[in-house]
Amino acid sequence: MDEVRVIEIKKSIFEDNDRDADNLRADLKKEGVFLLNLMSSPGSGKTTTLIKTINMIKDHLNVAVMEADIDSDVDAKKILAATGVQSIQLHTGGMCHLDAEMTKQGLDNLDLKNVDLAILENVGNLVCPAEFDTGSSKNCMILSVPEGHDKPLKYPLMFSICDLVLVNKIDVMPYFDFDLELCKQYIHMRNPKATVIPICAKTGEGIDQFAKWLEDQVKAWKEG
Amino acid sequence: MHELGLVFHCIKEVNEIAASNRVSRINSVTLQIGEVSTIINEYFEDCWKWAIKKEPLLKDSTLKIEKIDAVTFCEDCKKEYPTVKYGKTCPYCGGPHTYLVTGNELLIKEIEVYDGPEEEEQTKEQENEKEKE
Repeated sequence: MDEVRVIEIKKSIFEDNDRDADNLRADLKKEGVFLLNLMSSPGSGKTTTLIKTINMIKDHLNVAVMEADIDSDVDAKKILAATGVQSIQLHTGGMCHLDAEMTKQGLDNLDLKNVDLAILENVGNLVCPAEFDTGSSKNCMILSVPEGHDKPLKYPLMFSICDLVLVNKIDVMPYFDFDLELCKQYIHMRNPKATVIPICAKTGEGIDQFAKWLEDQVKAWKEG
Repeated sequence: MHELGLVFHCIKEVNEIAASNRVSRINSVTLQIGEVSTIINEYFEDCWKWAIKKEPLLKDSTLKIEKIDAVTFCEDCKKEYPTVKYGKTCPYCGGPHTYLVTGNELLIKEIEVYDGPEEEEQTKEQENEKEKE
């Protein structure tokens, strides 16, 4: 009875998550819900960008937001107060990212009927969220000017999985040694297909382009 | 805590495998971790030791970690080179069009287990219990 037996497994830890993510994506496609996974460093302006953008599109699209953080519900409350759209807070219990299972649990707590666009504001972090497929339709990240234009070189995986990169806080560009053209070049080195939109969430500059991108993506998702 | 999330995934996976193999106890778990997987082995081991305390099958198990070397392929000159030393730029031709071949893995290679009681014995035990009642 006490003999040791070896079970060979050879299975990737990410395999289950990838399968869950594909299933979730297929379910959302059927329901006609576009899920955007929004990632960035802490303090890059995710919540402010969302508020500005949602207020611009909420007359055309039905939007719901999931705010993921290690603790607190300040972001979910802020979104609700500033936009009036459905908004919930997810706590990751100390973990630095969301996986497909956690994303699904979050979506189950939203009323998805009539929702066109669900936005997941991931935990502020440029490393781990890039490694776990959440089941999103598209990935977007915000890089803010004070972080520096060399970030695509330092966090290559994040930039390589994003369909859209928003370069935020362009109003303070003169005060930082931030080279927008070089930044775009670095992003495209890691991901030639990435779309780059410079924005300023505070002044609203470029938000219309982000809104247009979202509306086009949602339309394509529902039609495709 | 990036490693903690991975440890939870890993424990869940091992528990599922153990359940479908009718295992009574796990002696060791062998993982293969890629050299550039962004996992810091020491952190992973610390998280693992903390997390298995609550796991009946795993609480006395040991963790073995094997390294998978990171290798990058250059699309320009079709050569492979060690990633850790040269990064994303090919040391042979200087080309930037490279991709990682191995080194980003986190695999459960195998587990060493003690088998649980056979089904017949289980039934007998259950019968005995019923008789007691």
